[in-house]
Amino acid sequence: MTNIEILEIDEIVVETPTIKTFFFDWHFDIEPGQFVMIWVPGVDEMPMSLSYIYDKRGITVRNVGEGTKALHSMEPGDRIGIRGPYGNGYEIKGEKILAVVGGIGGASVLPAVEKASRENIEVDCALGAKTQKELLFLDRLYDLTNLKVATDDGSMGHPGFATDICEEMMKGVDMVITCGPEPMMKRIVQMAIHKGVPIQASLERYLKCGLGLCGSCVIDGERVCVEGPVFTGEELNNFEEFGKYDRDSSGRKKPLERPKQTY
Amino acid sequence: MAVLKTKIASMRFDPPVILASGVMGQTSSSMLKMHEYGMGGIVTKSIGLEPRAGHPNPTMVELDTGLLNAMGLPNPGIEDFLPELKSLISKVDIPIIASIFGSNREEFIDLAGKMEANGVDAIELNLSCPHAEGYGASIGSNPDLSGDVVDGVVSVTDVPILAKLPPLSDVSVTAKSVEHEGADAIVAINTVKAMALNFETRLPILGNRYGGYSGPGIKPVGLRCVYELFEAVDIPIIGCGGITRGRDALEYILAGASALQVGSAVYYRGREAAKLISEEMIDLMDEQDIKDIHSLIGAAHRC
Ligand SMILES: Cc1cc2nc3c(=O)[nH]c(=O)nc-3n(C[C@H](O)[C@H](O)[C@H](O)COP(=O)(O)OP(=O)(O)OC[C@H]3O[C@@H](n4cnc5c(N)ncnc54)[C@H](O)[C@@H]3O)c2cc1C
Ligand SMILES: Cc1cc2nc3c(=O)[nH]c(=O)nc-3n(C[C@H](O)[C@H](O)[C@H](O)COP(=O)(O)O)c2cc1C
Ligand code: FES
Repeated sequence: MTNIEILEIDEIVVETPTIKTFFFDWHFDIEPGQFVMIWVPGVDEMPMSLSYIYDKRGITVRNVGEGTKALHSMEPGDRIGIRGPYGNGYEIKGEKILAVVGGIGGASVLPAVEKASRENIEVDCALGAKTQKELLFLDRLYDLTNLKVATDDGSMGHPGFATDICEEMMKGVDMVITCGPEPMMKRIVQMAIHKGVPIQASLERYLKCGLGLCGSCVIDGERVCVEGPVFTGEELNNFEEFGKYDRDSSGRKKPLERPKQTY
Repeated sequence: MAVLKTKIASMRFDPPVILASGVMGQTSSSMLKMHEYGMGGIVTKSIGLEPRAGHPNPTMVELDTGLLNAMGLPNPGIEDFLPELKSLISKVDIPIIASIFGSNREEFIDLAGKMEANGVDAIELNLSCPHAEGYGASIGSNPDLSGDVVDGVVSVTDVPILAKLPPLSDVSVTAKSVEHEGADAIVAINTVKAMALNFETRLPILGNRYGGYSGPGIKPVGLRCVYELFEAVDIPIIGCGGITRGRDALEYILAGASALQVGSAVYYRGREAAKLISEEMIDLMDEQDIKDIHSLIGAAHRC
């Protein structure tokens, strides 16, 4: 027996032209921010955040390569393997928090927002994407938070980055949580530290085992799959690699792409 | 309090609990972390001449009695790895052992020379990985090829050379061959070639289909190998395979190991595995008033 559990996909929701949510029946205690390893039988196994953890369970996936493409071509009733949940989660504290969400990052942040709102914690949210059609979980966030939107092309909300609007929004919140492109998170972490607001950010690295052994996901000696994926501002501030580079499947350093504009 | 420190060739281990190759061994920062958490020595990830992505995911799966992996020797290649190694060596004073893999004598010689020039305390030859064709166990299962690689590396290096062997049923034959060619110590065992299947999908789970079994389930195999090796060779043996508690470690010592390597224990006990295992070894020895670990090495052969 292995710990991989085989599940049937119950329902698939198209979120944006590049993102789909897959719902399934899976009973495990989950903390917001934790992830699972999803096996597409015969194709690949990939880390995915749990984007729905309460009434139903699901993952939300952006189509970026072979494995995610195979997932996107699946239909309800098709089978996937799942193991986990792994990693730590967000630790929400205070009476009012700010969530800064970029791109696919909503998959990781949404359950934390839901938990906060269930605990009557007020949530402000800055949501960013390249263009209006790619804004993920717009309705979910509209219902749960005081929402502000930014799009790179100005098709909705502030024309520019979520980072442009979140400086102002950091005033008066007890903590910030964020998930999105790493250069964005780096800028937000610096802002929060500067303002003395506690912050937690969820990182991505190349995951293989997910069990804390192979060392593939290490950033500055810490394992994204065990000590992460969520790290605090203090931890991130001490990391030399944060925002600078990650590593490919062979372990070679790769500089993290910088966005065109400087924040 | 019982004393655990031992020596192998020129290396001093205190505690003699060493991080096995392939676990948190790819970057300077991760190996440094394992040292901070109590490892008495570090073996690096097995490094080859060129970068290698390794096998496709799934590369690892938990079993009831252990772990199964088919990483496929992913590594950044020697050129990208050397800066990590140099950084590590400049920061720690415990023995740092470089694990290398190649497909033939010349590749091993090339890698060993580069590792020695960068200050490692010893070199471990991976003659035993069971899931990378043409490497590892493909060589280690052939006593002549193994001897040839050891002969080549010994002739160009001055640091101790450790030969890491697979759990062969006639492991003593290969061990005698590498001892004859000048190996300074033997490490046994690597993972046991194995696989996992899934009923619902009718598929092997690992991307590479075959993998290597590690953790508690393989301890009896490792113990048998070390026990046989202790009677077959005179060079020291480093025991490895399924050690997660002090009791497991001491069993390996009784079988004939002079030091231990642990890998999967980092999953079962956390990063502080070496510290926990060493403390448990000391407790067990104190209970029986055993002062020095040397009095236990090979003790199971005296009956
Ligand atoms: C903790 C964590 C949570 C994640 N959560 C989500 C999520 O909720 N939704 C989502 O869409 N994506 C998520 N990702 C990213 C997702 O795992 C990758 O996009 C996916 O693995 C790509 O696989 P592929 O075969 O389609 O792409 P490939 O064609 O193999 O590669 C495309 C890109 O994806 C990255 N990638 C490939 N394999 C992995 C891997 N095993 N681990 C990490 N990155 C990889 C590579 O850096 C590469 O640049 C998460 C990653 C991590 C580490
Ligand atoms: C994830 C993983 C990667 C490994 N990579 C290597 C490697 O690169 N070279 C090697 O010689 N052994 C490798 N091994 C084998 C271990 O070093 C060790 O021999 C084996 O796991 C048995 O010990 P254990 O039960 O304490 O894990 C690896 C083991 C694991 C679990
Ligand atoms: S993915 Fe292997 S240690 Fe994190």
